[in-house]
Amino acid sequence: MNRNVIEVGDLVKIFDGLAAVDGISFEVGAGEIFGFLGPNGAGKTTTIKILTTLLHPTSGKVSVNGFDPVADSENVRRSFGIVFQDPSLDDELTAYENLEFHGVLYGMPKKMRRERIENLMKLVELWDRRGDLVKHYSGGMKRRLEIVRGILHHPKILFLDEPTLGLDPQTREHIWDYIKNLNEKERLTVFFTTHYMEEADRAAGRIAIIDNGKIVARGNPAELKKEMNASSLEDVFLAFTGHEIRAENSEAADTMRMRHRLWTKRK
Amino acid sequence: MSAIYILWLRQLKRYFRSKSRIAGSLGQPLLFLVALGFGFGPIYQKAGGGNYIEFLAPGIIAMSVLFSAVFSGIEIIWDRQFGFLKETLVAPVSRFKIMIGRTLGGATTASFQGVVVFLMTLAVGFRPHGILSLLLAIAFMFLIAVLFTALGTAIASRMEDFSGFQLISNFLVMPLFFLSGALFPLKGLSPTISLIAAIDPLSYGVDGLRDALTGAGVYGVGMNLTILGAISVLLFAIGGYLFSKIEI
Ligand SMILES: Nc1ncnc2c1ncn2[C@@H]1O[C@H](COP(=O)(O)OP(=O)(O)OP(=O)(O)O)[C@@H](O)[C@H]1O
Ligand SMILES: [Mg+2]
Repeated sequence: MNRNVIEVGDLVKIFDGLAAVDGISFEVGAGEIFGFLGPNGAGKTTTIKILTTLLHPTSGKVSVNGFDPVADSENVRRSFGIVFQDPSLDDELTAYENLEFHGVLYGMPKKMRRERIENLMKLVELWDRRGDLVKHYSGGMKRRLEIVRGILHHPKILFLDEPTLGLDPQTREHIWDYIKNLNEKERLTVFFTTHYMEEADRAAGRIAIIDNGKIVARGNPAELKKEMNASSLEDVFLAFTGHEIRAENSEAADTMRMRHRLWTKRK
Repeated sequence: MSAIYILWLRQLKRYFRSKSRIAGSLGQPLLFLVALGFGFGPIYQKAGGGNYIEFLAPGIIAMSVLFSAVFSGIEIIWDRQFGFLKETLVAPVSRFKIMIGRTLGGATTASFQGVVVFLMTLAVGFRPHGILSLLLAIAFMFLIAVLFTALGTAIASRMEDFSGFQLISNFLVMPLFFLSGALFPLKGLSPTISLIAAIDPLSYGVDGLRDALTGAGVYGVGMNLTILGAISVLLFAIGGYLFSKIEI
């Protein structure tokens, strides 16, 4: 039996008249690796923020590990780990202190916390640099540290928002091997976004493609390729989302967002 | 409990690691002490006020605690901009506890700053009237610090970036300081200024500090403690509420 750990029904999120997420529904089963793909500004990060209690939905039904992120946020927060799209480390603390902070916040007992930090830091080859301030880390080192932090407290679900952005192929492979390993051994459920289609193809059991806030395709990568008669997932992606560049679109939205900010400030 | 502790510890580490910030924030009180203390000293004396440094020192200590505390509260905006706020907001810890940890951390560093400025006042000739009263003075510094860290947190919870920072500095923090009786005696003022000073919470902090250090208070220890305590609780509740409503 494959219980769903994430269930989303007709989810809508509207920012000042713009529907960033426009009535999407999907579910992710326990132990699945689920890829959430889409062009820039499609609504991926917004969806993750709603699932992880950072944003309230405008409407729709959401359940994470059986709990409602709005009504039961603390139980939802206990269920997941996350690697955000944007940096989220404290630059003025050392790498070790960042992890220590996380472990304490998540209520990990001291001994277990220390062991786990050491094991994971060794795994991503940061142990020797544990005492460095994070501001002296390279981009790739920071990313590895964030991934370690995301799984430190043994979460049931791991959200990865473009986790391998800016990493070299070696590190990317390494990290995916490790995530897949956790997925198999600990039945960790993984919900990730990426713009690297071959990465999604290799890692995901199932994917959904979102465009302009709406899900336009879903299924197993191999089946989708066959269905669309495409040689790569990239071709499938382009077939569903078109060839237009979204930068313009999201730039307009960003300008609107800026304006909105300025206006709300003035009130 | 441990969540509050680790949040508190983080504030302290960040504070003590930024040496330039500490040094920078000590420059202003020193300038005020020297320029105002020695500049206005003679006039103040001639007008029958007595030793101005003795009057001014508690006010300057209160000022540095005020600035440091509001700044600590407002640090949330930094955390928002650099992304770290997300890390604390998705943790399975109630927002209220996060608020407590942050506020205590900010209040601790602001009080520390007050103590350092107190040592500086000794260097320019300030002499408090008793050693025991120092403990009461530190208690007042801490109360001022909690109150204004909570105020800073409340404000920063509603700000997305630094654009409002100047506004707060010029239209809130500066008036709070200048109208608090930190620089001039509250006795014998025009009714308007007296009234304004009376609704400025910092007045009670300055008066409490002055009372503790030199015995020259106006409102009395009981009243000072009660008002500072009550406003702290109120601001804490407001700040906690606004903080709990943050979405990013
Ligand atoms: N806080 C906000 N206020 C207003 N609009 C927003 C806000 N956050 C996101 N948006 C808008 O919502 C839309 C979806 O953004 P989102 O960040 O979810 O996209 P994404 O799929 O993660 O894109 P990318 O691949 O570029 O990260 C965009 O048009 C964006 O400009
Ligand atoms: Mg995104």
